[in-house]
Amino acid sequence: MIAVNPSAARYHIVHETIYSYDSPVSLSRQLLHLTPRECAWQRCLAHQISVAPEVTTARERHDCFGNPVRELTIEFPHDSLSVRAESTIEVLPHLPVDALTVLMGGATTNAGEARPPQPASSPRYLRASPAWETVRDALAYGSRPVLLDASCFQFESPYVRVKREFAAYARPCFTPGRPVLEAVQALMSRIYNEFEFDPEATTVATPVLEVLAEKRGVCQDFAHLMLSCLRSQGLAARYVSGYLLTHPPPGKPRMVGADASHAWVSVYCPGLEGGRWVDFDPTNNLLPDTQHITLAWGRDFSDVSPLRGVILGGDAHELDVAVTVTPVSETCAEAAAVNASQP
Amino acid sequence: MPQSLLSSYQKKTDRFDEMLAEDGSVRPAWQPFLAHLDAATPEQMRHRVDYVRRRILENGVTYNVYADLKGADRPWELDPLPLILSTGEWQELTSAVTQRARLLNAVLKDLYGPQELLKNGSLPPALVFGHNNFLWPCQGVRPAGDIYLHLCAVDLARSPDGRWWVIADRTQAPSGAGYALENRTIIGRVFPEQFRDLHVQHLASFFRQLQDSLAYWAAPASEAPLIVLLTPGPYNETYFEHAYLARYLGFPLVEGHDLTVRGDCVYMRTLSGLRRVHAILRRLDDDYCDPLELRGNSALGVPGLLQAVRAGKVLVANALGSGLLESAALPGFLPGACEKLLGEPLAMPSVATWWCGEQAALEFTIEHLDKLVIKGSYPSQRFDPVFGNELIGSPREEMIARLKTRPQAYVAQELVNFSEAPTWSTRHDRHLLPRGVGLRVFVAATPSGYVVMPGGLTRVSAASNARVISMQRGGSSKDTWVLTDQAVNTFSLLKHSVGKADLVRGGRNLSSRVVENLYWFGRYAERTDKTSRLLRVALSRLVDTGADILPALTSAFDLCRALQLLPAVSEAETGSPTKIGPPAPELSLEAQLLAAVCGKESGEGLAGDIRRLLWVATQVRERFSLDNWHAINRLQQQLQRYAKTVAEVGQPELSEVLAFLDQVLLVSSSLAGFAMDNMTRDDGWRFLIIGRRIERLVFLANTVAQFLLLDSTRAAGSLEWLLELTDSIITYRSRYMTQPQVLPTLDLIVFDEGNPHSVAFQLQILVRYLDNLTRLLGGPRDQALRQELARLQGFDLGRFEGQSFSECRACDPCLALAAILGEVSLAAATLSDRLAMRYFSHVSDVSRPTLTS
Repeated sequence: MIAVNPSAARYHIVHETIYSYDSPVSLSRQLLHLTPRECAWQRCLAHQISVAPEVTTARERHDCFGNPVRELTIEFPHDSLSVRAESTIEVLPHLPVDALTVLMGGATTNAGEARPPQPASSPRYLRASPAWETVRDALAYGSRPVLLDASCFQFESPYVRVKREFAAYARPCFTPGRPVLEAVQALMSRIYNEFEFDPEATTVATPVLEVLAEKRGVCQDFAHLMLSCLRSQGLAARYVSGYLLTHPPPGKPRMVGADASHAWVSVYCPGLEGGRWVDFDPTNNLLPDTQHITLAWGRDFSDVSPLRGVILGGDAHELDVAVTVTPVSETCAEAAAVNASQP
Repeated sequence: MPQSLLSSYQKKTDRFDEMLAEDGSVRPAWQPFLAHLDAATPEQMRHRVDYVRRRILENGVTYNVYADLKGADRPWELDPLPLILSTGEWQELTSAVTQRARLLNAVLKDLYGPQELLKNGSLPPALVFGHNNFLWPCQGVRPAGDIYLHLCAVDLARSPDGRWWVIADRTQAPSGAGYALENRTIIGRVFPEQFRDLHVQHLASFFRQLQDSLAYWAAPASEAPLIVLLTPGPYNETYFEHAYLARYLGFPLVEGHDLTVRGDCVYMRTLSGLRRVHAILRRLDDDYCDPLELRGNSALGVPGLLQAVRAGKVLVANALGSGLLESAALPGFLPGACEKLLGEPLAMPSVATWWCGEQAALEFTIEHLDKLVIKGSYPSQRFDPVFGNELIGSPREEMIARLKTRPQAYVAQELVNFSEAPTWSTRHDRHLLPRGVGLRVFVAATPSGYVVMPGGLTRVSAASNARVISMQRGGSSKDTWVLTDQAVNTFSLLKHSVGKADLVRGGRNLSSRVVENLYWFGRYAERTDKTSRLLRVALSRLVDTGADILPALTSAFDLCRALQLLPAVSEAETGSPTKIGPPAPELSLEAQLLAAVCGKESGEGLAGDIRRLLWVATQVRERFSLDNWHAINRLQQQLQRYAKTVAEVGQPELSEVLAFLDQVLLVSSSLAGFAMDNMTRDDGWRFLIIGRRIERLVFLANTVAQFLLLDSTRAAGSLEWLLELTDSIITYRSRYMTQPQVLPTLDLIVFDEGNPHSVAFQLQILVRYLDNLTRLLGGPRDQALRQELARLQGFDLGRFEGQSFSECRACDPCLALAAILGEVSLAAATLSDRLAMRYFSHVSDVSRPTLTS
């Protein structure tokens, strides 16, 4: 029996990926980042991955960032690959109460939807963080103690660049002496206000410099952009992949598969409780709490993409991804409704 | 006694001279060699210089792409005079270099393991986490025996005070050991007596130790472990060396798609199925090695390789991730790391290095820019060294701005004054020139510790007073002679004595890719031969033609056209109504034949076939003996020379064209000789021969069929050239002693199973080879050619009896035989497709990465 925290949120998540190949694939190896990691504020209550066709080998391990990964191979010809990950997750509130004022209204993932207004002023929680220069200097070589867990997220990575352009874009938010989290929040808001959510504008291959120039993209682009800005300022910041509860229009039922996986960033802030990571969601201009479900984190998308594979054969393929996030209370209600309607 | 070479040798005062001591006297290690040089006549030396140049050309030693379709290969440069190092000096150098290898290995072990060097601040995280050759998924992967570096190299230079310094570490997949070996094979023969009398240490034992050590650490195997050499392919600038080393070490040379991972094991795709691979000596950069977990956009690697390594099922040398240490910034931190990891001081210093990521170093660099050279911290920056004293005005300001914006990406190094050694002047008769030298020394891991190759690759600057030595910038190289006062060592073996089974690797280790290339080598070699022969027939008739066009020329010409060897007739000429404009002028016979030899496009005509032949040859270079390779090389040179003439004068003289065709045929017959006599009868050879036979069969069948169908062949002289074309004229004359007649001619070149240039002979021999293949590799017997042979044998040659060929016009027996030959040719072509499907088809399948968000 699992004890229920009254303010905790519980979700049932289905993440389904289907590849249909034009000609048979004879050999396929896939790396899956589809198992939610355990965090201080998040528990995985149930989890299951089913794959069709039946795999030749499967193995579970943790990657170098501590994320669970599943590795599978299919060593016979197949025309399609379907991977269905199902999880039940409990998320505890983990933002200080006054920071919650930043959290408002609906949210946007890759699937689009409403955007909340910008908060009027930053909460005390953010204002109480150390000056951003202090944080930068604490992360510089020669400073003690060595913050190794943070400095792995301080440099360029395949999708994140450290360049003058990003430092320049971030500069207005990083005024001298400004508390680091307040500056980061200001950067998040700037990105939110100046960039347009546009699923047509970019692909996974669009360089982050181009995103900066075009000012449009999806959550991965905004996360990579914000990471580039933060790392160009000498800060440590990581990419978080996960899910977000979206709200169906009033009176409409939740659409199955209408959601998408989501991405946001996490910034390292020493001083707070001896050093901690604070999440920021530039796509929605908010501080993630119980509506964000964490799947994995890494330097950028390349470290934690949900399915990364290499196939032999196959020619062209079609890809279908469907994500459904349902609050567990709703699944209970639905179940009740189904029961009631039966004679 | 001629004047001493020393009298004109200019020793510099601000540099160390390898040959002359401070006081101008000759160093003891150099005395006997210099005395010999002084005594040598200009004649002797010219021979030597010439020998070196010829060997390089003949062996096809190159530094970049060979047989590039555009002909952009550049030969390796080698000075005949070796760099000589004394015993005492070498011992000191050896102990310092082995210490460095131990240290670098320990650094890798730490950085991919506990990362103490980062935790205690000995090394900046930027140089690890910011380096794109730090392979994150390799963290925690421990190789057998904790050996990360199996073969590494250090670049050394000597400062004016005579001390050696480390300029750079090569830890990824160092190049040069094969070139050093090749330099030795050449120079050892230039000065054989001196080489022996001076007690120069041999290199072979080093490579044997490397072989044995790789076998020692290879994944456990019940049989002798299979070790392969993984190359990125012929486009790589050091591909020559990959092929050379693979042949020397006896390792199959493979590309990424020759290997596949099933379960946790690595296999090589061979004709007879998958063969387990236990160790991979890689020349492919580590981030390209596994598109699944490393660089996702790489088509060169082996998907799943990292998992196989993680599971301990394959040894990869050097370990995946070892490219991390190739950083100009690292050397500055090695003295500290050496104390921490080995508990001993670093024996040989690196050239003074400042990493600008430290504030004080950045300030120092900006202040002393004039005396420093700026380099990138990470190899991925592709940043060419910048000499501070060359920066004036705005470039200087720009550089400083760059340093300030991203200081951790830059390193400042002290300028190095390379030591100088004498080189042989190519412009004077007897003259020594001092040139800057740098030494690349190679180190191999063995179960009893690191060992140093007694020798190395000496690189020579292109000009005097050089600050950079680079083979890419027109530098040269030298053999390196390490002297010993003991007997020249004979190696001891680590594990077991090498038995016959270890030396003679059967055809089982041939990858399907190699076999496919050998098959096409056979086909192109034969095609080149037959096309040259036909063009020579036509051209020689053209040369003989006076004002009148001989009938035999017309018929030979018609055959060329029927076999589609002549340039295509444009639409305007065929009178297409959609094209408006003046009709293209009819090309003269001469122009058409010349275009068939060497067309405008590099892929056209005979020249195109030769280029394709050369290209497939480079793909399987390690399969050919040196002599065989010389022949291929000659062909390349002939083609280059001829193509140059065509480019310069447009239409060469007919005599030149004929001379070129004669040369091609000469090489072609030696290639045929090598194929028959000089290659091991393995599966690869079988496919090469099948390729040759199929090509010849197609050519003969088409030629005779067209000959029977064409009107012009009825004219006098045609049967003569048909016999000449099929290399059967001598046999014919000895048998019949008459003018060629149609019946005996057809008997000889179609039906006679004893004539290696007959259709029936090709069919017979192909049936036999295919049966052999089926027996060896399994699968159903291929019956198609057997049926064709039976049909041919069923044809009654008597139908030609009493027929006057010169008067008949495509009569009944001609049509019937032409039809059978047409079917034979078709059967041969479909056989080729079947072979490709059955034995090669999976080779062209390339792995593709997929990604979802």
